[in-house]
Amino acid sequence: MYFSRLIVTLQKKQDMNNQRAIITVVGKDAIGIIAKVCTYLADSSINILDISQTIVQNFFNMMMIVDLSKTEKSFGQLVDELKAVGTDAGVQIKCQLEAIFDKMHRI
Amino acid sequence: MINISEVLETNKMIEREHLDVRTITMGISLIDCADADLAACCRKIHDKIYRLAKDLVQTGEDISRQFGIPIVNKRISVTPISIVGSACCKTSDDYVAICQTLDQVAEEVGVNFIGGYSAIVSKGMTQNDKLLIRSIPKALSTTDRICSSVVVGSTKTGINMDAVTLMGEIIKETAEETSDCDSLGCAKLVVLCNAPDDNPFMAGAFHGVSETDAVINVGVSGPGVVKHALQQMDERRLADFELLCETIKRTAFKITRVGQLVAQEAAKRLKVPFGIIDLSLAPTPAIGDSVADILKCIGVEQPGAPGTTAALALLNDQVKKGGVMASSYVGGLSGAFIPVSEDQGMIEAVEAGALSIEKLEAMTCVCSVGLDMIAIPGTTSAHTISGIIADESAIGMVNQKTTAVRIIPVVGKAVGDTVEFGGLLGHAPVMAVNPFACSRFVARGGRIPAPIHSFKN
Repeated sequence: MYFSRLIVTLQKKQDMNNQRAIITVVGKDAIGIIAKVCTYLADSSINILDISQTIVQNFFNMMMIVDLSKTEKSFGQLVDELKAVGTDAGVQIKCQLEAIFDKMHRI
Repeated sequence: MINISEVLETNKMIEREHLDVRTITMGISLIDCADADLAACCRKIHDKIYRLAKDLVQTGEDISRQFGIPIVNKRISVTPISIVGSACCKTSDDYVAICQTLDQVAEEVGVNFIGGYSAIVSKGMTQNDKLLIRSIPKALSTTDRICSSVVVGSTKTGINMDAVTLMGEIIKETAEETSDCDSLGCAKLVVLCNAPDDNPFMAGAFHGVSETDAVINVGVSGPGVVKHALQQMDERRLADFELLCETIKRTAFKITRVGQLVAQEAAKRLKVPFGIIDLSLAPTPAIGDSVADILKCIGVEQPGAPGTTAALALLNDQVKKGGVMASSYVGGLSGAFIPVSEDQGMIEAVEAGALSIEKLEAMTCVCSVGLDMIAIPGTTSAHTISGIIADESAIGMVNQKTTAVRIIPVVGKAVGDTVEFGGLLGHAPVMAVNPFACSRFVARGGRIPAPIHSFKN
């Protein structure tokens, strides 16, 4: 009984890790890009854990680490809707699970 | 926590440098589908593949979407069919019937290729092996999604020259049977020496008899990423070999980690054990996704120039050294592929007159596979093709490595013509073959004994 509970807890922990995603916004700098993305995330019950941004050769690069555990939307839906938000604002928005970056850059 | 420059680096690799996972290949054992009745055998094969692989393509697409990494191919490899069909196949046409079943189920589950229409005859051919081999031309000309391979030698067994001679004829027949589409059938037929049991890459993929019921093998790629890293390295001044090797190793590590992640996810979601990662630099005809371009970055003007073999040896070794640490299980072919038609840089080197079949043969001593996707004149004799296979097998046998021959004697084409295969198979200039004969050599019959250094017991 104890072990099965432990396994369930471990499983949940693993799923939690799977629920963190990285959103990247790349494009020409313009007013209100962050606001638009944040509004969308708030409406979708997605919590922002970290934001950083940089400007490289006039291109606006932003990265957000977000927590997907409270949202009711499917991952595919998020990807599509964020892409649409990006198209409206004239930037490219991608949403990817965090694991791909962790795997590639951390031993 | 991950920082922004790392995230941007990964996404740049994917968007601008063609980083992708080349294939998720599900290996499926069909040994339990053997039956004395052909129809029953076909039905069991169909049902087992469908049951295990029906979610393969969807799972691949889900993973691709969630991690934002393209997964180019979803494929299946099966137990060599010569074994599976040995109880029920009395004629070559019986084997063709199994092949058509495989083709049908491949279409139903949505994979683009099933590999394993194969026979392993490195020491001798059973009656059934012969039936399967003789059925290959018809099998490949009447199906779209089947890949066939024949293993004619190994370091432990030597080279089965009877099979080598037969394969020369079979390659010619396959070219004739598919002459209406530039002998495309030969692009799906490979002759191997020292074939691994867990190769996820076509056309040589099959699910070896040493494997479990079902397994997920993943082939990674990314020549464009390595090329870009080397260009960046040389921006300030020409780097020495130490830095060159370090750069390739680091890049190979990153590429392979993505493959490992995808393999683990696919295995978990499909509830099938993870087998191996194949650490390969597999080019595509897309500009910038080329192993030839890496060789140019390392410092040769064109692949084929003196220094090419050494550059390729270095590249192959560093890819392995970087990749091995990134994955818990490495297998398959693992190394740099040097196909001609699938690599724009190789095509250009051939067209520029820098690269010949003989130089490619030398390069196969140090790369992961062999003479791959090379178009030769349709008038090349079966004996000459057998001679080429024997040479390549000897390289594999003596060097204890996998070697392969996938050449296409294109019916109606001569040196200087170009052949268009389309898609990932690309296009190829027809290359000259040494015109001198080897008929007396291949006609001897029997087998070449295993080399002395294979006796390690």
